[in-house]
Amino acid sequence: MSVNTPARRRPRRASNALTIAMGLMLLYALLPLIWLFMSSTKDSASLTSGFGLWFGHGFHLFDNIGDVLSYDDGIYLRWFGNTLLYAVVGAGGAAFLSTAAGYGLAKYRFRGRTALSAVVLGAIAIPGTALAVPTYLLFSKVGIVDTPWAVLLPSLVSPFGVYLMRVYAAEAVPDSMLEAARIDGSGEVRTFFTISLRLLAPGFVTVLLFALVATWNNYFLPLIVLSNPKWFPLTVGLNQWNSLATGAAGSGATTTNFYPLVITGSLLAIVPLVVAFLFLQRFWQSGLAAGSVKE
Amino acid sequence: MIGIAAPLGYAAYLSFFQDRMIGGNVFVGFDNYRRALGDELFRAGLWRVLLFLLVQVPVMLGLALVAALAVDSGRLRKPGLFRIGIFVPYAVPAVVASLMWGYLYGDRFGLVGQIGDLLHVDMPDFLGSSWMLASIGNVVTWEYVGYNMLILYAALRTVPHELYEAAEMDGAGEFRKAWSIKLPAVRSALVLATVFSIIGTFQLFNEPNVMQSLAPGVISTSYTPNMYAYNLAFNGQQFNYSAAVAVVLGGVTAIVAYAVQIRSMRKEQGK
Repeated sequence: MSVNTPARRRPRRASNALTIAMGLMLLYALLPLIWLFMSSTKDSASLTSGFGLWFGHGFHLFDNIGDVLSYDDGIYLRWFGNTLLYAVVGAGGAAFLSTAAGYGLAKYRFRGRTALSAVVLGAIAIPGTALAVPTYLLFSKVGIVDTPWAVLLPSLVSPFGVYLMRVYAAEAVPDSMLEAARIDGSGEVRTFFTISLRLLAPGFVTVLLFALVATWNNYFLPLIVLSNPKWFPLTVGLNQWNSLATGAAGSGATTTNFYPLVITGSLLAIVPLVVAFLFLQRFWQSGLAAGSVKE
Repeated sequence: MIGIAAPLGYAAYLSFFQDRMIGGNVFVGFDNYRRALGDELFRAGLWRVLLFLLVQVPVMLGLALVAALAVDSGRLRKPGLFRIGIFVPYAVPAVVASLMWGYLYGDRFGLVGQIGDLLHVDMPDFLGSSWMLASIGNVVTWEYVGYNMLILYAALRTVPHELYEAAEMDGAGEFRKAWSIKLPAVRSALVLATVFSIIGTFQLFNEPNVMQSLAPGVISTSYTPNMYAYNLAFNGQQFNYSAAVAVVLGGVTAIVAYAVQIRSMRKEQGK
């Protein structure tokens, strides 16, 4: 290493060995996705015969998409809509509530504040499993099992989101500014909506994105609280198709024709989130930096 | 916070009761807990996730750390591509990831088998009983290595650059810098990632549950403690016993997670 280098991050010699080693890791990350894409361009005959990482005979992607969308009177679109509803309302609500709660914990002194912060930290460590069965039983008592509410309500609670926003709000919103707003006669609620929320935006987007992933990919909770396919999200629906494909659902008749449905359906299910992450990179990377580093 | 406290309290409450043929729902004290602690199926599942924890979590976090150091080192062509590319699997639902890998492992589409043929190697049966846990470990690693890489990378970014320059003045090489500056900088992030991975491992459910339909003979209904609790409740209607199993599982998870946290904090103070 040369010693007399100018200050600031200087461009350094790229290492080929390192790039190749990391290239292998990138390949590992992307290979299954490439396989998924290639497979969704195939008809069921070439799906099982050809090489997995290349196109088969003919390009059947659009035929497959058509099949996925039209099967069972377009139940896939219904599942897609459900997932979208759960993700947008659930994640949006979770991000908003986390922001408000984190801001409150960071910026106001009130009795039980320390205890409440400890509860939030503790809640992160509680496995969702321990809550699943009682949640189901509570919901069935209230009579909201098998309705969208049963999926939406638990998604609104995000201890990790509250924790992240508390850390973020402590840094991003200066106390002196809140003081100034108070002196100018602005109410606390108005200050929150007009001033603080703007400063909290990067943290908000981060929590929103991660809550979006959590709800979009949620499987355990909907599996438990829903039984009517009409309300299924994509994850539960796709796995049901898979059971049909492998014949595990009990009918005994293994139908190869379900595989293109499962594979193409899977591809369509991951596109929105991947696109969201690619386009919002700038936001979530800065927000993540704030939350993960400071304790 | 009520949202979390209410089901938790209810779980504890439920776990003290039992549905009897005669007498209906009766209070049975710690009977369900006694049964859970002596339950061979539950213990087997617990050992299984513990083994998983001891192998998969270090492998995944080790890979994530190496990747984070590599991306941060500035010696990589197109680091942004690697950063986002390795992270992408995180956005894939666990159900889809398990289906994909399950198909890849299996003999119906069998990309794994095809690659084996190309290399003239006999690939083992990844959906067989001796390989299943490793196969699930691979799926989980694939999903989360990029996410953990980003958390560690974010921590590395906070190191002020003057520190590296000072170290270089003193004649420190790349490895010395990584060991003495970078590793201490990612300590707290690494502990956080470890704790989250431990919690996730004890809750292992989605991947084995989805892969069950691809290998029904290998993955039993009690393969992981979480699957056991789920099947007890929703296929066996034993809600009370299931609640006890879930509470024990939650307790074990919390103890292990806290132990790791406290141990690492002590180490920090001891320095």
